[in-house]
Amino acid sequence: MIGVGKIKQYSNVLDKPLAKGKQEVSLSAFAFLFSELVQYNQTQVDNIAELERRLEDAGYAVGARVLELLCHRDKGNRRETRLLGILSFVHSTVWKVLFGKVADSLEKGTEHEDEYMISEKELLVNRFISIPKDMGTFNCGAFVAGIVRGVLDSAGFPAVVTAHFVPMEGQQRPRTTILIKFAEEVLRREARLG
Amino acid sequence: MAAIYSLYIINKSGGLIFHKDYGSAGRMDTNDSLRVASLWHSMHAISQQLSPVVGCSGIELLEADTFDLHCFQSLTGTKFFVVSEPGTQRMESLLKVIYELYTDYVLKNPFYEIEMPIRCELFDIHLTQAIQKDRVALTGR
Repeated sequence: MIGVGKIKQYSNVLDKPLAKGKQEVSLSAFAFLFSELVQYNQTQVDNIAELERRLEDAGYAVGARVLELLCHRDKGNRRETRLLGILSFVHSTVWKVLFGKVADSLEKGTEHEDEYMISEKELLVNRFISIPKDMGTFNCGAFVAGIVRGVLDSAGFPAVVTAHFVPMEGQQRPRTTILIKFAEEVLRREARLG
Repeated sequence: MAAIYSLYIINKSGGLIFHKDYGSAGRMDTNDSLRVASLWHSMHAISQQLSPVVGCSGIELLEADTFDLHCFQSLTGTKFFVVSEPGTQRMESLLKVIYELYTDYVLKNPFYEIEMPIRCELFDIHLTQAIQKDRVALTGR
């Protein structure tokens, strides 16, 4: 028979190449699942800070796994050792795989040496969510902040990551900024590496 | 000239969950709009029983001297109806667009309780844009 290739049989499942996976996932399906995640956590907590922490923890688990997957699949098992390297990895590769596009911008904080910001006009997870007025500054982007923290922590760059709404003049909806504050040891190591 | 007077959304038990007035004609206070909503809910239900046509799903269009009322009922029983000037075209497609906005910005919102009044900022913003676009398309300006 012409054109029939032989599928290579792998004796060990660990030798099979990691599939690229489905490139497209239904946005509605994800939106409903995420909405349910938020609602479930709301029933378990008493206050907003606790809810944010729970969403972040959920994201942390995702981040740790995403790092492993991407390092193996997309970067040929090389790992980043420099600060700017890991930041641009998060800003482009991780964002592209998770949200289908690179993040809008990556900036260094002006006030403190250890602060960096990834900004996005509107996070994918927040696309359909309107925060009620009585919830104050709560941001479901805490989930994404958790993902970033998971990636950074597993890569050896411990940091505190939070998500904030930044109101912009002339725009109805505020932008979202993921603020990354690296730990002391990261900066010292970076200075040592020169 | 085509114009929408007001938009109502009622849940499956007949309670008003969203109401917006456009234009200066036909404005009512909250109590009256609640009454209109329950009135329409009952009329819609009765018309299903009264209809000589088998398999009728309720009133879709009510034409009066000074207004038209277009109604769209989703599969779940949520009704969207719009009171407009007589002879306004394309209200059915507008209602379908509003239904889509409802499924996107209200149902996917984790802070919205089903069947409760709608208080979603994103829904309001996109609804205004949709009505605006429709107005521009109809009047050409």
